[in-house]
Amino acid sequence: MSAFHDVLVIGGGGAGLRAAIAVAETNPRLRVAIVSKVYPMRSHTVSAEGGAAGVAADDDSLDEHAYDTVSGSDWLCDQDAVEAFVAEAPRELLRLEHWGCPWSRQPDGHTAVRAFGGMKKKRTWFAADRTGFHMLHTLFQTVLSFPDVVRYDEWYVTKLLVDNGRTYGVVAIELATGRTETITASAVIVCTGGCGRVYPFTTNANIKTGDGMALAYRAGAPLKDMEFVQYHPTGLPFTGILITEAARAEGGWLLNKDGYRYLQDYDLGIPEPTPVMRSMELGPRDRLSQAFVHEFDKGRTIDTPYGPIVHLDLRHLGAELIDAKLPFVRELCSQYQNIDPVTELVPVRPVVHYMMGGIHTDIHGATPIQGLYAAGEVACVSINGANRLGSNSLPECLVFGTRAGRAAAVFAGQYGGAIPPAILAQGRDEEDRLERELTRHAEGRERIADIRTEMQTAMENGAGIYRDGDSLAKAADELQELRLRFADAAVDDHSRTFNTELVALLELSFMLDVAESIITCALQREESRGAHQRTDFPARDDEGYLAHSLVYREPDRHGRRVQYLPVTITRWPPGERVYGR
Amino acid sequence: MADQITLEVARYRPGLDTEPVMQSYQVPLREHWAILDGLTYIKDHLDGTLSFRWSCRMGICGSCGMTVNGDPQLTCATFLTDYAPGPVRVEPLRNFPVVRDLVVDIGDFMEKLPTVKPWMIRDVDSPVEEGEYLQTPEELDEYKQFSMCINCMLCYSACPVYALDPSFVGPAAIALAQRYNLDSRDEGAADRDDVLTSPEGIWACTFVGECSAACPKDVDPAAAIQRYKLTAATQAVKNFLLPRGAR
Ligand SMILES: Cc1cc2nc3c(=O)[nH]c(=O)nc-3n(C[C@H](O)[C@H](O)[C@H](O)COP(=O)(O)OP(=O)(O)OC[C@H]3O[C@@H](n4cnc5c(N)ncnc54)[C@H](O)[C@@H]3O)c2cc1C
Ligand code: SF4
Ligand code: FES
Repeated sequence: MSAFHDVLVIGGGGAGLRAAIAVAETNPRLRVAIVSKVYPMRSHTVSAEGGAAGVAADDDSLDEHAYDTVSGSDWLCDQDAVEAFVAEAPRELLRLEHWGCPWSRQPDGHTAVRAFGGMKKKRTWFAADRTGFHMLHTLFQTVLSFPDVVRYDEWYVTKLLVDNGRTYGVVAIELATGRTETITASAVIVCTGGCGRVYPFTTNANIKTGDGMALAYRAGAPLKDMEFVQYHPTGLPFTGILITEAARAEGGWLLNKDGYRYLQDYDLGIPEPTPVMRSMELGPRDRLSQAFVHEFDKGRTIDTPYGPIVHLDLRHLGAELIDAKLPFVRELCSQYQNIDPVTELVPVRPVVHYMMGGIHTDIHGATPIQGLYAAGEVACVSINGANRLGSNSLPECLVFGTRAGRAAAVFAGQYGGAIPPAILAQGRDEEDRLERELTRHAEGRERIADIRTEMQTAMENGAGIYRDGDSLAKAADELQELRLRFADAAVDDHSRTFNTELVALLELSFMLDVAESIITCALQREESRGAHQRTDFPARDDEGYLAHSLVYREPDRHGRRVQYLPVTITRWPPGERVYGR
Repeated sequence: MADQITLEVARYRPGLDTEPVMQSYQVPLREHWAILDGLTYIKDHLDGTLSFRWSCRMGICGSCGMTVNGDPQLTCATFLTDYAPGPVRVEPLRNFPVVRDLVVDIGDFMEKLPTVKPWMIRDVDSPVEEGEYLQTPEELDEYKQFSMCINCMLCYSACPVYALDPSFVGPAAIALAQRYNLDSRDEGAADRDDVLTSPEGIWACTFVGECSAACPKDVDPAAAIQRYKLTAATQAVKNFLLPRGAR
């Protein structure tokens, strides 16, 4: 079977929905479809809490947002991309307002902004502390008003079809029936989100398995800056549920086991009773998570059955502020930790949160494969460089979702037409492979969950907040071995109907590719920058590494090749990252 | 505390089973473990063939609704210790066709949702360049509660009207229509009226209130329905009393 659309969007999160609308707006004649492995409103954008950055206040400027983003990225972002991003973000957030997003308001009816980590001015728009939830539902409901947008809900994409350097579609499985289908298209936009699930302890949902990164990588597109994995400093122990940075922006403190605001010991400023921008608890995430590790080494964290923790203290904020600005934080603490942040300390520890790296794209979301675009967390433009600032990611989904949607629409309008027979043959091969996967693993002896757990442990031990050549080499060996064991993984479920075990198998295979790309890039980058801290190369090295890493999959088995691409600098030459001074 | 608890899980594999059968599994009984953690434990360690949906495991994506000991619940926000010593019965949501095991078909809701036009409708769209539509915090409060719906379907599962008459538009869809009707920026109430006041709309509801009791996000869909009944009744009286031009 095969269907055709002019533009096919993979992913129904913030980036994918925005991209689909952009296609429809750019050229209403184009047939656009969204394929998503979960119903779009279940996408992980729904979990985002704190807010979305875009210059709004009179005392703020685009240049300041750009500078905060550039310095936050440890100069590894592309400054032309950042300039486009900060210029277009406010408009996108306004557009969402016009579509009905229930942004929190000032008394006079204007949208409100809050402080956020690493940002010098208040510029983070928010819908209480359920920003992502409201953005996603607003986008989804707006998409419903475009009756011509076709949706493949609960379809799982397994392969990108590429011939002669150009993409022509995908193969996907309809989960409800197990039916496989080749879905062809003139242009494809990958918006599949991040890959936090390659690590054991993460804020990321079950669906964040890096599928799109692996799909593009296998199709020959390079992945960029994969060594930069963001640890958020404040996750609840055991669940890894995020306590948003907005909690610190509203005035929360981080305390070690002695009740001491330890960030003052790490060149992040001096403690003040009320929040100071770009200082202390409002420093960037990489530096805060690194400070936690040092506190642990000094024996100043608190041991719990779920690992060492520090405390987030919100008690002095009072019930009224917490209920108005952080109601979800209170709900999550009470439900998942049995504590009330109004009267009790919140136990927290660093948790894998966001992937700065992703599919290499230009400023229009175009990848090196013709007709293939990417946007959102799966992509690396890059505005995030070595460390993303909190609240830059949601607007990134909007700005670059729109850009990718427009570019794909133009491309599809120009280069529509016949699908080469080779593509249909590829599609049939992939459908056959999936058929075999369903039965081939009947004799397997390895449990999917065991391999997945061991992969996650290998990643945490090898490529955590701090890494070095030895830890990375060990992780590389472990991944190699896990890949061999993966060949012997068992699938007990042979049903065609909603076979979640088959999906778990396919996701694990994608995650192994993503994990290897992270380790490969981390091994090659012999410096420390942002979220990539090598204890054996503790200094930033602008001579050697002021450049993006691009990892390519070599066709022969699992070979990999890394190249470097200089970063684009427009107005902010590399400098020292200064916080709290 | 015992260190294990029994989960009795409904299994149904189309083609293999003619009707659902219950299967028992022992899972660890640990503090902080949600019902969902018990299910993923089964899937990972005991039986890879068990099918269920989940994603965020923080009560916001709306994927993991199931019937737990007879009540509709988000299984990621319902905890094993609250059911100790067990056993705990886990079944698919009621009032929906079962696809497989704990997975139900919510296609009906997905088709109904667009019929209530849950999106911003304006007589005239101002250009974005002119800035935001102003809305005071008080105006936001008017509809905020109804904007909190995560589409988890617990209310449909609890609704006795939907159980008898699947053509009922249902609690969440009506709440979402009201979410826009009550939004000071929206001007689409008249466009939504036909569906809401049709026989499958608000008037089908006999005000049982089970939906609001089941809702994990305090959306209170029953209040949304009740409130629109008042609006519609007042409107009907006006229509009756006033000539068309004066309405
Ligand atoms: C807990 C949490 C809080 C956050 N808070 C903030 C915040 O306050 N501010 C901020 O700026 N950022 C925040 N972030 C980051 C931000 O939410 C994400 O980076 C962003 O939402 C990603 O959106 P996306 O559209 O790229 O991907 P997602 O929303 O993850 O969507 C991915 C889509 O791809 C689909 N998909 C994936 N694989 C396949 C496949 N194989 N086949 C078919 N479909 C597939 C999925 O079904 C889904 O629809 C937060 C992240 C987390 C985890
Ligand atoms: S109204 Fe409540 S119970 Fe019904 S779908 Fe929405 S969140 Fe779930
Ligand atoms: S898994 Fe998302 S609501 Fe339970």
